[in-house]
Amino acid sequence: MSIPTTNVTLQRRQVVTKILAARKDELVVTGLGAPTWDVASVSEHQNNFYLWGGMGGAVSTGLGLALAQPERRVLVVTGDGEMLMGLGSLATVVVQKPKNFVVIVLDNERYGETGMQQTATAFGVELSLVARGVGFEIARTIWTENELSEATNEIFTARGPMFFDVKVQASDDPMVLPEKDGLTLKHRFQAQFLGQKKSLSEGKQ
Amino acid sequence: MVEGFSWSDEVFRVLREGEVKQVAYVPDAGHQKLIQLFIDKNDIKHVPLTSEQEGVALLGGAWLGGERGALLMQSSGVGNVINMLSVPYECRFPLLMIVTMRGEWAEFNPWQIPMGQAVETTLKAMGVIVLRAREERLIGETVHSASKLAFEGGRMVAVLISQRALGKKNWNK
Ligand SMILES: Cc1ncc(C[n+]2csc(CCOP(=O)(O)OP(=O)(O)O)c2C)c(N)n1
Ligand SMILES: [Mg+2]
Repeated sequence: MSIPTTNVTLQRRQVVTKILAARKDELVVTGLGAPTWDVASVSEHQNNFYLWGGMGGAVSTGLGLALAQPERRVLVVTGDGEMLMGLGSLATVVVQKPKNFVVIVLDNERYGETGMQQTATAFGVELSLVARGVGFEIARTIWTENELSEATNEIFTARGPMFFDVKVQASDDPMVLPEKDGLTLKHRFQAQFLGQKKSLSEGKQ
Repeated sequence: MVEGFSWSDEVFRVLREGEVKQVAYVPDAGHQKLIQLFIDKNDIKHVPLTSEQEGVALLGGAWLGGERGALLMQSSGVGNVINMLSVPYECRFPLLMIVTMRGEWAEFNPWQIPMGQAVETTLKAMGVIVLRAREERLIGETVHSASKLAFEGGRMVAVLISQRALGKKNWNK
């Protein structure tokens, strides 16, 4: 089922597939609901940390991670509804200026998980202008395949922080549920850092 | 305040010795000196937040990346973090919160009282261990103890610093 959104042609699963195809050792944090299912469906990976709750906290979670792992690029993939609940966190990002930090919003202009109610972006609120306004130097709304290609390139090479609001159709894709136990997700994710001195000191925990 | 003795200096030292690498905060007058110590020293990341709930998520991400953090806030900020505590709860992320209290000891602003009175109940309802520091001389060791519980015990812990311990001069902000 698809509710047509004017001028929107991009499909969220294809967007995520295209972006993550270029992935190497990047760390990915997903916002609750459909963005978590999207990322799990196209790139199940131990470097993914899936949020299943904490609405409004995806960007902040990614920021803490990006500050702790400055040599690794961190991609936050989240929904417009989730982003709207944490708008202030974009200002917090700019204060820290993490060059390894990317926010990707899958903007279907809906709260998809809860029955496709319109979000503020359906009424003209432009998240990329919010990001620009708080000081992201790279912040754009992505409408077309070409714009997406250009953004994908920047996501992996440009200097952050960056913000891309990708307009996607309000599709209802099959749910692909990854692991949901938080403790398991944490251990799986942290395992990759075990060789690092930083994490060895935490071996005492 | 006892002359020549500052709980802020002591907590600053305790957090550094505890290898805290990210200090996140929404300011409170009670935290003024401690925050300034981190800003002046500038060798630990200090992260001013727009809302306290960001700090809970931020420090979860920090822990995922191998760093310890601390969250400084006023008691009213506890009301802003409740649902976000689901994340450290579910993932068993350590969380160290240092809360300067309002609305609980000779409070002059009635608007501070509802949240101030609800702090302990709401934190406990979300599974947070609550330690109170009622006297200035006990603040350092209480934070030290909380830091152990958080980072070695793997728990969410809040230290509530009483208005009584903070001294009169901070109460009117
Ligand atoms: C604090 C809080 N409020 C409401 C909800 C219910 N909820 C779960 S997902 C969601 C919508 C998310 O919308 P969006 O981020 O745009 O994702 P989409 O499904 O549209 O991709 C809502 C409102 C929640 N989980 N937590
Ligand atoms: Mg949405």
